[in-house]
Amino acid sequence: MKKTVPLGITFLVGLIVISSEFIPHKPFNYINEGLENWFLIISSFAIILGQLSLIKVNSGKVKEKVENWQYYLVGLISFGVMVLCGILWGTEDAKGLAGNGDKLIAFFGQKPFEYLFSNIYQHLSSTMFALLAFFIASAAYRAFIIRSFESNLLMLAAVVVMLGRTSIGTSLTAWLPQGWRWLHLPNIADFIMNYPNNAAQRAIMISAALGIVGSSLRILLGIERSYLGGGD
Amino acid sequence: MRRNLIFVFLFLFVGSFVWGVQEFKAKDHPSDNGTAIDLSWQLPRYVKTASQQEPVLLHYNSFVIEKQDSLGNWIKLKELHPEETHYTDSDNIAPGQNSNYRFLAYAHELRQPLTFEAQTVSFAQWYDYKKTPLLIMIVLLCGAVIYYILAAKKGRDLFIRKINGLESMDEAVGRATEKGKPILFVPGIGDLDDIQTIAGLTILSQLAYKAATYNADLLVPVSKSMVLSTAREIVKEAYLKAGKPDMYNQDKIFYLTDDQFGYVAGIDGIMIREQPAANFFLGTFYAEALILAETGFGTGAMQTAGTAQPHQLPFFVVTCDYTLIGEELFAASAYLSKAPDQLGSLKGQDLGKLVIVVFIILGVVLEIVGIPWLKTLLTLE
Repeated sequence: MKKTVPLGITFLVGLIVISSEFIPHKPFNYINEGLENWFLIISSFAIILGQLSLIKVNSGKVKEKVENWQYYLVGLISFGVMVLCGILWGTEDAKGLAGNGDKLIAFFGQKPFEYLFSNIYQHLSSTMFALLAFFIASAAYRAFIIRSFESNLLMLAAVVVMLGRTSIGTSLTAWLPQGWRWLHLPNIADFIMNYPNNAAQRAIMISAALGIVGSSLRILLGIERSYLGGGD
Repeated sequence: MRRNLIFVFLFLFVGSFVWGVQEFKAKDHPSDNGTAIDLSWQLPRYVKTASQQEPVLLHYNSFVIEKQDSLGNWIKLKELHPEETHYTDSDNIAPGQNSNYRFLAYAHELRQPLTFEAQTVSFAQWYDYKKTPLLIMIVLLCGAVIYYILAAKKGRDLFIRKINGLESMDEAVGRATEKGKPILFVPGIGDLDDIQTIAGLTILSQLAYKAATYNADLLVPVSKSMVLSTAREIVKEAYLKAGKPDMYNQDKIFYLTDDQFGYVAGIDGIMIREQPAANFFLGTFYAEALILAETGFGTGAMQTAGTAQPHQLPFFVVTCDYTLIGEELFAASAYLSKAPDQLGSLKGQDLGKLVIVVFIILGVVLEIVGIPWLKTLLTLE
């Protein structure tokens, strides 16, 4: 019973959603939107679970004074401050329990929640994103080390594409006559991106789409039950 | 009758006579939910005025479409370029609603615009015939998958190629056990409405079972609350199945943050502090893919990744020991379970792939020889 009911619901909902793709008539045309709204409602309740988990795990580490416990405390305090600011003075459009916090707006120029969001959170987020540049460099270095025919090919393609995308690449082959235009580095780079690269990406996407069909069917037919915790 | 009256009106009051094909039609938009109406027109090319012997070629300036409101007033709906021949009205149209339109064609040679009227009622359709190619493809693919599932259930022997990334799971768990270090499983930043996340979680079930069997520690940081509750349930069931419910600790499956880079920062911290022996990145990944995998590479962990995001795959290939590319991620659970019916579905997918390859080759050949039949048949409008 514990498995049969969810499997039955999954099958029914899956069938309705697939049908709604081909039936524009009422009520099928509203079903997807309705289900998405249900998902959002359930997600909103699940957020409480997430927050409880966050508080429990972090406060446990602070209590046990594990190594670097101060950072967990900072995390908890940051979480608490953001939640409090949101509840008391609201976010951009919504009012909080204590109104809009006009005095604080006059001081910070924004609501406290927005101020923290744009002046602390966004900068931290951008810093993490910026790390990507360094990681790309080190990963690319490893990928381009010549070890095999494939890595040679990869390095060659990468060098051509990188040069083709820069002004130096354009000037390097600018002296070539018009009849040899196809040998201009930007044109070769465009060719690599538009044809071999696109073809490979589409092949991956087609196979992934087939995988999704197979996976979805297994779930709809109740063959795949691992997401319910497995078992019979 | 109405059209004749318009001609009489034009001749008497405009002082000219037009001929040639002339019509203004309003039709319910096909294959929709009854919220659009198609308007089309064909206008006369010539006009003969009372003062001229020979017909004069008409040069249209602009077309104006008006719609009658509930009070009977004509409201301007759209002004169109004279080269336009049709327009779809989808503003405030409800199924079963009667809509009246007036079409005004302005030309240099006419003192008054040519005026036509039309009306129609929109209806919601029960079948979107424009999606027939999609339906055919779905029936073909699902048919192939179901056929092989049934064949496998009847005991037919099916060959499934080896997927190294999945074969490595035992090695990863063994390594974690030997080193006494945890296994880190990252289900990506997708929510439960993303099939990649579900595929990742189905692998988590198998991984948790093996981890429980070998007494290895498993850490699962998640970025979505719905994924948290599902992952906890999955791991708990796996520990129960392995006969070690006492080893299950729900705090090992924990929520970090919904934010993409906050999540990455959290996991990077875990990798640096805990030094997991094996990392699994299976699910939906975007810009955070390389930051995660490169940090994991730096810690010396054995890494297995899988996603269907084509742009992130090169990063995983470079930084991870094993990468599940696209469909392999979705095949993982079936592959690991070794259940005949699940393996049958994989074989069905392969048949679907063959069908698509045949269609692609046929389509390319037909396009080269100038026969667009297959492309037209399979194109979704």
